[in-house]
Amino acid sequence: MSAERGLRMGVVEVGTALAFALAGAAAIGDSLRIGTGWGSDGPKSGTFPFWIGLILIAASTATLVQAVRSRAESGLFASWAQLRLVASVLVPTAVYVGAIPFTGIYVASAALVAWFMHRLGGFGWARSAAAGLAVAVACFLLFEIWFLVQLPKGPLETWLGY
Amino acid sequence: MEELGLLMQGFVVVMEPQNLLLMLVGIALGVLIGVLPGLGGANGIAILLPLTFAMPPVSAIIMLSCIYWGALFGGAITSILFNIPGEPWSVATTFDGYPMAQQGKAAEALTAAFTSSFVGAFVAIVMITFIAPVIAGFALRFGPPEFFAVMFLSFASFVGMSKGPPMKTVCAMMLGFLLAAVGMDTVTGQLRMTFGSTEMIRGFDFLVAVIGLFGISEILCSIEDGLRFKGERARIDARVVLKVWASLPKHWWLALRSSLIGCWMGITPAGATPASFMSYGVARRMAKDGASFGKGRIEGVIAPETAAHAAGTSALLPMLTLGVPGSPTAAVLLGGLIMWGLQPGPMLFVEQKDFVWGLIASMYLGNVVGLIVVLVAVPWFAAILRVPFSIIAAIILVVCAIGAFTVSNAEFDITLMLIFGVIGYVLKKLDYPLAPLVLALVLGDRTEEAFRQSLLISQGSLGVFFSNWLVSSIMALGFALLLWPVVSWVLERFNAHRSRTGPALPRGA
Amino acid sequence: MIYLNFRRNPGVVTRFQDRNAMPGKAGMMLKGCSRRSLLMGAGAAALAPSLSSPALAQRGWEPNRPVQFIVPAGTGGGADQMARVIQGIVSKHKLMRQPMVVVNKAGGAGAEGFLEAKGARGNPHMIVITLSNLFTTPLATGVPFNWQDLTPVAMLALDEFVLWVNAESPWKTVAEFAAAAKQERLKLGGTGSKQEDQIIGVALSKATGAQFTYVPYRGGGEVAVQLVGKHVDLTVNNPIEAVTHWRSGALRPLCVFDSQRLANTEKMTDTMAWSDIPTAKESGLDVEYLMLRGIFMPAGVQPAQLAFYEGLLEKVRETPDWRELMQQGAFNTTTMTGDTFREWLTKEEAKHKTLMQEAGFLA
Repeated sequence: MSAERGLRMGVVEVGTALAFALAGAAAIGDSLRIGTGWGSDGPKSGTFPFWIGLILIAASTATLVQAVRSRAESGLFASWAQLRLVASVLVPTAVYVGAIPFTGIYVASAALVAWFMHRLGGFGWARSAAAGLAVAVACFLLFEIWFLVQLPKGPLETWLGY
Repeated sequence: MEELGLLMQGFVVVMEPQNLLLMLVGIALGVLIGVLPGLGGANGIAILLPLTFAMPPVSAIIMLSCIYWGALFGGAITSILFNIPGEPWSVATTFDGYPMAQQGKAAEALTAAFTSSFVGAFVAIVMITFIAPVIAGFALRFGPPEFFAVMFLSFASFVGMSKGPPMKTVCAMMLGFLLAAVGMDTVTGQLRMTFGSTEMIRGFDFLVAVIGLFGISEILCSIEDGLRFKGERARIDARVVLKVWASLPKHWWLALRSSLIGCWMGITPAGATPASFMSYGVARRMAKDGASFGKGRIEGVIAPETAAHAAGTSALLPMLTLGVPGSPTAAVLLGGLIMWGLQPGPMLFVEQKDFVWGLIASMYLGNVVGLIVVLVAVPWFAAILRVPFSIIAAIILVVCAIGAFTVSNAEFDITLMLIFGVIGYVLKKLDYPLAPLVLALVLGDRTEEAFRQSLLISQGSLGVFFSNWLVSSIMALGFALLLWPVVSWVLERFNAHRSRTGPALPRGA
Repeated sequence: MIYLNFRRNPGVVTRFQDRNAMPGKAGMMLKGCSRRSLLMGAGAAALAPSLSSPALAQRGWEPNRPVQFIVPAGTGGGADQMARVIQGIVSKHKLMRQPMVVVNKAGGAGAEGFLEAKGARGNPHMIVITLSNLFTTPLATGVPFNWQDLTPVAMLALDEFVLWVNAESPWKTVAEFAAAAKQERLKLGGTGSKQEDQIIGVALSKATGAQFTYVPYRGGGEVAVQLVGKHVDLTVNNPIEAVTHWRSGALRPLCVFDSQRLANTEKMTDTMAWSDIPTAKESGLDVEYLMLRGIFMPAGVQPAQLAFYEGLLEKVRETPDWRELMQQGAFNTTTMTGDTFREWLTKEEAKHKTLMQEAGFLA
């Protein structure tokens, strides 16, 4: 057992098993709504999800029991230090994803690349910003102009006439 | 041999400098499309289709089919380097390809992937050249029961070799099935498990889930050990290619078997994705030390890549002779034929001989050109791993987000991708195997559909799955594979009892 | 894969007609005239507003950014192919300065694409191609959408449906087929669920008194091949989906679900042309169904913007490429715009509602 402090494996195990069971329950609930037997055109839509939901609940219950039993000797899922590192990537990414509907994907991407380079890579602001801009412009040329794929765009692109 | 004469004529057409140039352009573009997740061969072909109106049909189809070859080659690149499958059929390539890259053997894995892709395609083309009519007729035998049997076989060859704890494997697989069922039920036209949300109507696209589960979660996992990628010190020199080539002949049986699986799945037409899974599963079953698969075995790259490319190539056969495409890319290609006034179907081989043989000749040359192009680029691809983490991670995230969006032009999918990333991170750390989840997600829908179509046809009798020799034998094979782990477990116990040195065998799921 | 199916996914708008349904101007025109005269004569009346508009449109309004062309169906389907042909024609003949970008929104039998267009109120840089799912999807799934949430631009064509059986089956006429169908329950293969093929199936049951087992597949091309392989007993494929199997001698057409025979008189097999296929009514089946291939815009667009697209599509229809497509697919080349089109849509919607209600397909 590590001396380091962090999130305990047992806690995450139990939480995940419960989440699986919940997904199974949701599937069963919806399947009962749309029917699980044999309808006019074959097995009804809910038949498969219903049984799969049942199996899922059974399997996750087994996992849950196991996890609870062995909780005492379970190690760390991740230390706080590790989770902090994960968060240093996950949080900016979540912000990035959240910003896309408002700023468009290009502006958000430029910001994400610049942020990563500056915060995680220790590059200077000028170089980071330049790289971010370059990535965004390259993506724009590649997707919007060349492949004619329309990606989410924001006020800046509208202002530029796209 | 009338075929050979026609094929030679085809080569003459293809060898025109203009056509060779278009071929290069097509391959390069295809590789690019294969590398970018979410942007499939279908996108590239669809977008270029209007531009090709000005060309003669043969030139146009050469360029478009080369995009297709390029995409088949390119899908392996991101799978191996970043654990992000650029195309659905490259998922199985990540299982061993990515561990190889982590061990600093990215160049070896890439070379093996490209070469075996080429071998698979070559076997398929030879088959198309000589026995096309026979094989095309075979595809007609496949109705819903046969299709279900093939799907069942894919699952059977893969299940039971999972590395995770059995209960967790079941959980992961069931979750995959559930996710696959969300959205519209194609058999009854009813919406399932959307819980009133309009975003859920489209269901969970396989690529969105895989980009998150594999790609994003990999970034999260690797960052725990510091801000860098493993395998960055990959040895990169041109001789790697030759070294790998020297080691390849000993895998000839693996390659041949995988090619045959691929050809068969391409013609049925189940497609390249189940072919790659099935081939990987069988390779692992057949290997003496199957347990070491998933830790960076070169066989684990050869098997799925050979099968995927063989399937991708032979899928063009039912498209040309029956008008049924084996993949969305083939579908758009088919649309192209129609726009040039060529009607795919049984009459194409009779009425448009020049065109058909030109296309077949271009398959040979296109794959040779493709192989050369991607092999030359191997050192550059492998060098990407040397880019500092802070730059490449951000670019991967951006490319993943764009990829998730382009799959169905939905912003919500980007959010989904991130959620799947976190789920993948947690599941991976808890030792839930992701492969069964992905397998169920990609095949679940079609399997359920085929099962229910079969029961509709038989009015509810399960006997339909044993109603003729073809479906019966596929089902029997499936059951044999499914029960194998049980049998081998018993054998293992037996051997262990006698010698205490029984070989490690896959655990049952 | 056009061929694959002009409706691999839920298809286009449709016209369903029983004997006295579809009165009113549009209906009368369709019923009364031959297809060709319809296009030139009665059709011209319907097109009148748009004929004057191109010139006006060019002065008035023009897209100033790329135009999104939404396809509420998957890549490679029939609607998708038609959209891509239009995209190709527009770029080949330089009919528009800005590029046209095809975007597939197939989720939920097209609901996704329609909801997107509904949400883009007032956006003049978006057009949608429709299939019969314009009516069937909202009815079958309860998704909050109606064609009146969009601005109808033009009907481009109507897609025909033909009753196909395997050439090795003993049925040579509709009468023989109907008699056999009453003896045993035959399997009808079709595209999707609670969509055009199944609706025709229900109408067939009503007309013949026989029950069919409907087996849904994903695409029309797949359906045709399943019939060739004898996994199903009959299909109602569009002409373009099955033509190659007909010509190779694997399939046999029994009747076409239109009020008049197909126009194309060129011999497709040794003995038959499209025009030799009897209509359902001639054969004693009172079933008629055509599927709309039409273009819509989001609601709330300016008249000048609407006029631009009407003019654009008019030009598309005049190109030889378009005519070739119409020829290949044995389309019904009826076109409509403006109020005539709206009137037609209203009647179609009511008709689909009745039909789907009778079939028990409503959500």
